[in-house]
Amino acid sequence: MTEEATAGQAGVLARILDYANRANPYPLYAELRNTPVFRAPNGAYVVSTYRDIWALMHDPRIGVSAMSAGMGGGMGGGAGAGAGSGAAAGAPGGAPGVGGGAFIGMDPPAHDRLRRLATSHFEQTEAVRPGMLRTATGLIDRMQGKQQIDLVDEFAYPLPVSVICEQLGVPHEDEPRFHPWSEAIITALDPRPGQQDAAAQASAEMNQYMAGLVERFRVEPGQGLLSGLAAEEGLSTQEVVATGRMLLIAGHETTVNLIANGMLTLLRHPEVLERLRDEPELVVPLVEELLRYEPPVQIDPKYMTLDDVHVAEFMIPKGSRIILALAAANRDPNRFPDPDRFDPEREDNEHLGFFTGIHYCFGAGLARQEAQVALTELARRLENPRLLADPPPYRPNPTLRGPRHLPIAIDGIR
Amino acid sequence: MSPAKGVFSADGHVVVVGASLAGLRAAEALRKGGFRGRLTLVGDEPYEPYDRPPLSKQVLSGRVAPESTALPQDSGLDVEWRLGAGAVGLDLAGKRVRLADGQDVSFDRLLIATGTRARPWPNPTEAALDGVITLRGRDDAARLRRELDAGPRRVLVIGAGFTGSEIASACRSLGLAVTVTERAATPLAGALGGTIGAVAARLQRENGVDLRCGVSVTSLEGDDAGHVRRAHLDDGTTLEIDVAVVALGAQRNTEWLRGSGLGAGPRGVACDAGCRVFDMYGIVTDDVFAAGDVARSPHPLFGFEFLALEHWSNAIEQAEVAAHNMLHAESERRPYLHVPTFWSFQFGVGIKSVGVPPLGEEVVIVQGSTDERRFVAVYGHAGRTVAAVTFDQGKWLEFYLDQIERAAPFPPQYRNVAQPEVRQVLPAEFPDPVVPTEGPMIVRTGHSPTERAWTLLPARGGRA
Amino acid sequence: MNGSAVRIVVDLNRCQGYGQCVFLAPGVFELHGEEALMYDPGPEEAQRLPVVRAAAACPVQAIRVESPDGRA
Repeated sequence: MTEEATAGQAGVLARILDYANRANPYPLYAELRNTPVFRAPNGAYVVSTYRDIWALMHDPRIGVSAMSAGMGGGMGGGAGAGAGSGAAAGAPGGAPGVGGGAFIGMDPPAHDRLRRLATSHFEQTEAVRPGMLRTATGLIDRMQGKQQIDLVDEFAYPLPVSVICEQLGVPHEDEPRFHPWSEAIITALDPRPGQQDAAAQASAEMNQYMAGLVERFRVEPGQGLLSGLAAEEGLSTQEVVATGRMLLIAGHETTVNLIANGMLTLLRHPEVLERLRDEPELVVPLVEELLRYEPPVQIDPKYMTLDDVHVAEFMIPKGSRIILALAAANRDPNRFPDPDRFDPEREDNEHLGFFTGIHYCFGAGLARQEAQVALTELARRLENPRLLADPPPYRPNPTLRGPRHLPIAIDGIR
Repeated sequence: MSPAKGVFSADGHVVVVGASLAGLRAAEALRKGGFRGRLTLVGDEPYEPYDRPPLSKQVLSGRVAPESTALPQDSGLDVEWRLGAGAVGLDLAGKRVRLADGQDVSFDRLLIATGTRARPWPNPTEAALDGVITLRGRDDAARLRRELDAGPRRVLVIGAGFTGSEIASACRSLGLAVTVTERAATPLAGALGGTIGAVAARLQRENGVDLRCGVSVTSLEGDDAGHVRRAHLDDGTTLEIDVAVVALGAQRNTEWLRGSGLGAGPRGVACDAGCRVFDMYGIVTDDVFAAGDVARSPHPLFGFEFLALEHWSNAIEQAEVAAHNMLHAESERRPYLHVPTFWSFQFGVGIKSVGVPPLGEEVVIVQGSTDERRFVAVYGHAGRTVAAVTFDQGKWLEFYLDQIERAAPFPPQYRNVAQPEVRQVLPAEFPDPVVPTEGPMIVRTGHSPTERAWTLLPARGGRA
Repeated sequence: MNGSAVRIVVDLNRCQGYGQCVFLAPGVFELHGEEALMYDPGPEEAQRLPVVRAAAACPVQAIRVESPDGRA
């Protein structure tokens, strides 16, 4: 790996993170794959090929517990306060960020224990579909009479919020309170320099809010994960709060993007949208292809090597941060034939949209079914939907990537 | 009519003897590979191919019916099914298979995939008692289910290998009293060694199994109605039982090849790295192939020693290589390079292995803890990693597969998650093969393609 | 053709216990403990759709279903 090549790839990475390229980073990801592993200026190693990322996520020599700021942490391409922000993350468990104290930021054995407990109290079977359908139906009903909608504000955001609140046992009417906290925390996860500062206050307030819920459930059990975990003998309030918080944030920030990216993709492929209208079960392989083609989580920066690890011809030294470019791996031609083609019936689609290995997306069952229900209903009921802005305005975050607004013109609602 | 050497795809007649997993997958691979000629599948059971692993698990526990185990098949397979009459002889020169119903089937190319059967209870009179059962096929499973439904006072499982252990697990899930006897010091000793086998022993006892190791059953006794009621053990004890499941391993179905001139015997049908069968002089044949449990083939990863594998993945992958090689000229053939992989589900735990644990002399826990029954154990031979076993840690297994393929140093020195405080290297404690156990499912059969007699390999460090 | 409307086989070596199939077709797939997948290889026709969904959801594509149009 020559110095020039490293510098070149660092430039590519910087351009991926640059908001100017938010709408279409994929040609840049393709360039990134030219060098499967390289060392970024802040010392992290960036890996972008499918085979190597898959192998690393199954490699016990990498872990996450040294990474305490959840997802994100200085990846900035240049100098600046944010560049080392992985180190600025603070003590585990108390830090701002999605994962602070939750099992996403832990290694086995602690990770396994917490995840197992959470799994046993989190409903993700097909029993969740009727409720999702009811909520989706209501949201679409409210679009009656409109000629123009914002799919994000009117559907892609409220649906996952409603679903995750129900599954967690968080009162839906508190949404106006925790929405700004969630936004602030997500902004703090933006890996670009200077974004991490605002979240501490929001984080503390959210923790306090959740702790209040947990204490109430300890006294009077209710429905959902928080109540279930509150009743578990071996769990502290802090552990329950951390878990609930991680799922509350992850449970809507990512699913919003899955649905919005999904609808955007369908509107760009109208023949697929039409097929979906006539063959609702097409949504099943279609959602998997969306998870590959436009993954809501584009980059996973939470890992560190616990020992020297060979990746391709590279040796990543012990104690190094690793940045996994999942969106690049999902378009790796060595794994996916014709990778830049959106093929709703693609076979052999072992995508990384939900990761792999022990940190495989905890809520994948919920998210997947939510996207299936959402896209089927949208396809069925929106009459003659057209994109009003292509590309639409994007959220700033390059890691949790999706449109901030998705303005769509419609003739009506069926 | 033998077509020109190396040219086969368009016509010709392929006969596959053995209509189970390997036979079916070979047939599918042949069709997918472009074979358009006649394809005949011969099976001794009257059923189309079905999956065996569920028989000792969810079928036995009553969750699933034995007849629900039929395997999915590619549509348009276009196979002539000759079911219910197995092969009884092979005329190699005349290229004919003789069937049990007296019919002959001619072939241009032959795939031998006759698999294994359960080793029977050695005393035929006792074996004929009602309630004395071996579990290999659908009918066995149905018979055993009927016995279990009758509410036996106690089930005796003879042999604590994978099959015996799974059967005990299913019986316990039904709330039945179970005694398991095992000649070796622990369950799974032949497959995983005594050190890891000790964890399996704890798992069994925790789940209410009356496990007796270092003990064997000397005789089974029946009542006047001819139903088994009692078992005598060599430690002098007697058990009152109503069912005796004999789980003493498998025997290769090679008797039908006696006198055929092929290198076939109790240890299996010897084939080369391309699945072509050897004749009894050690010369490879042109038109006869073997795949699955019945085959013993040289493994490059293991010093080209012939291994006979009783693994599900082996049946499929070897069948696919055999099918490919049947259809291709020499220059385009593929070697069978397969690292053995295996799973067993018992007592709510998923046990998986990769590599050849019996090659290992030492074992070390690299992740997790045996106390929690969640761990990764790595086996070493002469300073190299040769196998790994996981208990409920299956997501890590592919990493260890890679380590085995690289012949990574043993014991592992790297730092990893869930690393035990002390990484203690222990002897793996595989039983001396001179002491017969249930059957290790990986049978090391030496380096000779023509050795047909059964000789027990010497203990650790010896050579065949 | 043996009786079952739907035929399934799971490559249990490939399976790593992600359990996505259990979410989508709980009447067919069950996890005992964390990784021991027990499934009904021959469920009734009413389970075909959930099973197809389950097969698509498997992160390691370990599930093979005999599909109505004959495609494996």
